[in-house]
Amino acid sequence: MIEIDAQDREILRQLQRDARMSSKALGARLGLSQPATWRRIKRLRDAGVIRGRRLVLDREKLGFGVTVFLGVKLATKGRTSLEDFERAVSAIPEVQSVEHVLGLYDYRLKVVARDIPDFERVLRRRIMTLPGAGEVEANVLLSDERLPGPI
Amino acid sequence: MLDDTDRRILRQYQADPELSTADLAARCNMTVASCWRRLEKLESHGVIRGHEAIIDWRALGYTVEVSLRMTLDKTHANAFDEFIAAARQVPEVLEVQTFLGRVDTRLSVIARDMEHYQHVYRTQILTLPHITDIEALMHVARIKSDEALPL
Repeated sequence: MIEIDAQDREILRQLQRDARMSSKALGARLGLSQPATWRRIKRLRDAGVIRGRRLVLDREKLGFGVTVFLGVKLATKGRTSLEDFERAVSAIPEVQSVEHVLGLYDYRLKVVARDIPDFERVLRRRIMTLPGAGEVEANVLLSDERLPGPI
Repeated sequence: MLDDTDRRILRQYQADPELSTADLAARCNMTVASCWRRLEKLESHGVIRGHEAIIDWRALGYTVEVSLRMTLDKTHANAFDEFIAAARQVPEVLEVQTFLGRVDTRLSVIARDMEHYQHVYRTQILTLPHITDIEALMHVARIKSDEALPL
């Protein structure tokens, strides 16, 4: 784990907003030289704090009007069934993310679909047929907000 | 509005958001100038909303991640707005989502360890307004997280 100071925090905050910001523009905001800013960014990347970049697309403008979070319980538990389930669920194109969780459900899935009938198709043909899939709970996403976090 | 070429660009770009326009153009078998023009158009139409740096909170010492699913007291007209406004003020909250379904909202909360989580939960989460019920899912592993749309 690396120690970060106030300027590193500001760099992370800015890059979370716009990952394409140049080290020159970033340095100007922080009162740092371009090389000093670049070195700080490199250090954060090398330490794995900046893991990569996400292209943020407008789901609705691309025709994906519905996002649903699914809680999935496995019907049969055991090492093989977990691996089979994970491999099969990750291969579904409409499934954007898969998290293994502890609690009421075993997995949490984020699924995108064009509309509700399309979601029903994905749910019936792809999710319900997954190896080991048991009880499924669906919650339709109404709003989604990502916050900068404790930096 | 979008044609197959736009989709091809977005598919390649979301798979590797750090590509330069030149490399992206090469992967899409097009000239840099026409790729650049199309990217400009996708951005001005708001299809591409931005580029965000992804922070690995584990690298900063946050080892606990919990998904808190809550139901709110809907007899209060402003329950959602007041809850969301208050949740935004908690630094350890990374995501705020609202749903149509069995749960009303979900917070993604991170903490350095269980002791820290307990502290955040007691002092900052339980004190949020209008909560009637909370369910916790403890994050174990991220199996798929590319968030890529099936374009």
